[in-house]
Amino acid sequence: MNDSANSPKADRPPATSDLVISEPAELMPRTRIGRFKIPTELLRAYTMVFALVAIWVYFHYSTDNQIFLDPRNFSNLMRQTAVTGVLAVGMLMVIITGQIDLSIGSIVGLAGGIAAIAQGWMGWGLGPSLSAGIGVALAIGAFQGGLAAYLNIPAFIVTLGGLLAWRGVILGLSRGETIPIRIPAFKSIGQDYVGPTVGWTIAAIAIALIIFMTLSRNRARRRHGLGAVSLGVTLARVLAPIAVVVGFIFMMNSYELAPGVKAGIPVPVIIFLAIALAGAFLTQNTTFGRYLYAIGGNPDAARLSGINIRKHILAVFCIMGGLAGLASIIYTARVGSASPDAGQLLELDAIAACVIGGTSLMGGRGTVFGAILGALIMSSLDNGMSLMRVEPYSQMIIKGAILVAAVGLDMAGRKRA
Amino acid sequence: MRDITKDFPGVRALGGVSFDLHPGEIHALVGENGAGKSTLIKVLAGVYPFPEYGGEILIDGNEKRFAGIREAEKLGIAVIYQELSLVKEMTVGENIFLGREPRTWGVIRWEELYRRAHRLLDDLHLSIDPRTPVRNLGIGQQQLVEIAKALSHEARILVLDEPTAALTQTEVESLFHILNKLRARGAGMIYISHKLNEVFQISDRITVLRDGKTVGVNPTAEWNETSVIARMVGREVGNIFPGAATAADHAESEVVLEVQNVSVKDPVVTRKVLVDNVSFSVRRGEVLGIAGLMGAGRSDLLMAIFGAHDGAVTGKIKINGRSLDVRSPAGAIKQGIGFVTEDRKRFGLLLDQTVLNNMTLAGLRRISGRFVTNVDAEAAASEGAMKELRVKARSILTITGTLSGGNQQKVVLAKWLLTNPSVLFLDEPTRGIDVGAKQEIYAQINKLARAGLAIVLVSSELPEVLGLSDRVLVLHEGRATGEFTRATATPEAVMACATGQVQQAA
Repeated sequence: MNDSANSPKADRPPATSDLVISEPAELMPRTRIGRFKIPTELLRAYTMVFALVAIWVYFHYSTDNQIFLDPRNFSNLMRQTAVTGVLAVGMLMVIITGQIDLSIGSIVGLAGGIAAIAQGWMGWGLGPSLSAGIGVALAIGAFQGGLAAYLNIPAFIVTLGGLLAWRGVILGLSRGETIPIRIPAFKSIGQDYVGPTVGWTIAAIAIALIIFMTLSRNRARRRHGLGAVSLGVTLARVLAPIAVVVGFIFMMNSYELAPGVKAGIPVPVIIFLAIALAGAFLTQNTTFGRYLYAIGGNPDAARLSGINIRKHILAVFCIMGGLAGLASIIYTARVGSASPDAGQLLELDAIAACVIGGTSLMGGRGTVFGAILGALIMSSLDNGMSLMRVEPYSQMIIKGAILVAAVGLDMAGRKRA
Repeated sequence: MRDITKDFPGVRALGGVSFDLHPGEIHALVGENGAGKSTLIKVLAGVYPFPEYGGEILIDGNEKRFAGIREAEKLGIAVIYQELSLVKEMTVGENIFLGREPRTWGVIRWEELYRRAHRLLDDLHLSIDPRTPVRNLGIGQQQLVEIAKALSHEARILVLDEPTAALTQTEVESLFHILNKLRARGAGMIYISHKLNEVFQISDRITVLRDGKTVGVNPTAEWNETSVIARMVGREVGNIFPGAATAADHAESEVVLEVQNVSVKDPVVTRKVLVDNVSFSVRRGEVLGIAGLMGAGRSDLLMAIFGAHDGAVTGKIKINGRSLDVRSPAGAIKQGIGFVTEDRKRFGLLLDQTVLNNMTLAGLRRISGRFVTNVDAEAAASEGAMKELRVKARSILTITGTLSGGNQQKVVLAKWLLTNPSVLFLDEPTRGIDVGAKQEIYAQINKLARAGLAIVLVSSELPEVLGLSDRVLVLHEGRATGEFTRATATPEAVMACATGQVQQAA
């Protein structure tokens, strides 16, 4: 049954990871919509962006006083996305490799609890407390990764065990108590803003980078004879992201804490953006990232090409653990205290974000960009439904249904393509 | 079967083949690998359902269009494929009745299942306990269980695809005994084999396929081995192996790879020895062919040297005079070994990634940089390789899975050439690719050897091994049973060693 050119995989459209140099549109697999033929991969990205905008507009006009896209709520929404987003970046790398991590919600609870205990009960300073929390999360990631990679215990089982065990540990350590954060600098990690000037500085740097990268990519394409890009397309590629950046910073800066006091970007969002950029760079522009896609795509071929699979799986779980630690700090700081049940179900939010963003649970495909969009969609649903005062039980049902429907639509689209 | 056609992307596998089979007849189907035998059988078996092929299938004079394997089975067509399709963890009885277990209200009647399995096996004079797990059986016995399974379908048309590839002489005889019995009962059988002596021994008629077309149908008595081979090949052998190697004596060149007393044990059944004390060496610019039947340990030997075998490996390996303790493919690659593995889809390629990503994978750090990747360097390297090997793809960003088999194979070859190896292993480098691509790969092998690369070539196609190699090493059940030079390597002599009938003093 192993005949040439007959594998179902062959029909799959390219993973965005492949588009190191974006391929001339005429060579990409296309999907026909009415009279138009649109490159499938682009279509998927556009669909997601469109879905997100549609959700925002819907919520905006469905909430009382149309407050969803209000600067205040928008700022809040971004801050809520930060935790899921940081976790989704780590989860993406885990899933690309063909693994899964179900324990991160519990790790967030444990690491946040330990940081809170360190500063509250032991009287440690800010640095040591944060290091304790992140260090524990990192160690857990390394431990679980080691079990999965070197003892061949399926990651699903290792981390399912972790989901229970780490939650148990924090319940025991905290004696069931909620521990308040006393150090103001700790809280500011979750609650403060960087101010409008920093925001515009970041915008300026981002705009410069967008222009530089677009131009150098065009040059690279010309060098490799992949056809020149028309001026219109180039302009669109430069102006669209710039518009997003400027709009984003503008929204963030229009939120006024008090009359005349502009807020700027929330600190958690800054951290999240930094992690997202680092994650995108790591997955797209390094040998490490390429190896992750190779391992997830075909572990046998990866191994025989000289890739140390165990080492990479271990590394990916370490990154996931470290990011779970970081997320726990943001989460604890935002809430202002660590409760032993903090972070429950966060693993599912992170997995859902990846999957909605086009990541395959079979491994080998998915992008940081997609995972971030997925995280935004998930947190927008949470935020919007809460504003609409949808009952919590209905929220759960709706989120579950949307997750399944999103992947169902994606699969249907993939089959047609 | 009338005017059957079947296309794969980029390859026409069958171009109007007609084939007929009478009850009580054994009709042999012969042809080179890639001639279209397996594809024809898959059309008959419903693997490619109706509109995927052209032409018509008539059974008892009526046209049948199968929507799937099940429908073909219902009409009494049973196929025993080259790759065994038994579930190793299940017992013989469970396998025979898989999916058709006798049951009451969905509950399996185990007693009856084993009783019926026992009767079937008895009928074939097989002394196999139906309660034995299949994994405990030898490959030959498994083949016979497959036949029992086919018979349990009350098959009227039985297709045997290379049934003797892994059988010992005695097992072949008992198989032929069974086939004769089935013929007497009126079953029609299609017998596919490369072993012409067996074909002449068992068949009533012979059909020869070449490049997806029927090139001859005659009663067996009217053929002889020479006429069959002439039809199969249909062209000068020299054409396929362009400028066959340098013919030069390599005794002067330096030894690149030296392998001494390598033994490999099965990773699961540790008392089973897969490779037994094999030694060989390859010099610069030399092509060493390794011949042997399926399961002779050829791939295990290469995997072991490459540090990719899961079983226990002992022995000494030297590369360019330095002894080498290879425990991982990464180490082997660093020392200059490249390995075009068999089964490109399983072991070679990331099918849903680009040609570029595949070509640069093994040599990524060398080509692109230790940590941060350099797109320009990668694009240049893969474009160069694409031109050099004449890979037919629209660009380096084409998805590898959409290429034809031959071009996929070239991508794998490019991947290893881009690691800059000093010795290159090729394991079944032309399996399942069309004749044109084969010739190009042969030409590449010669070119690489002339450029000074040491090459170890494993192939099940004897003409390929003989046509390309300067020396031939023959393995039989893990042991080296013969070594030949180009001058002494005749098909008969090599085959005799490969089947274990003759053992040269090493």
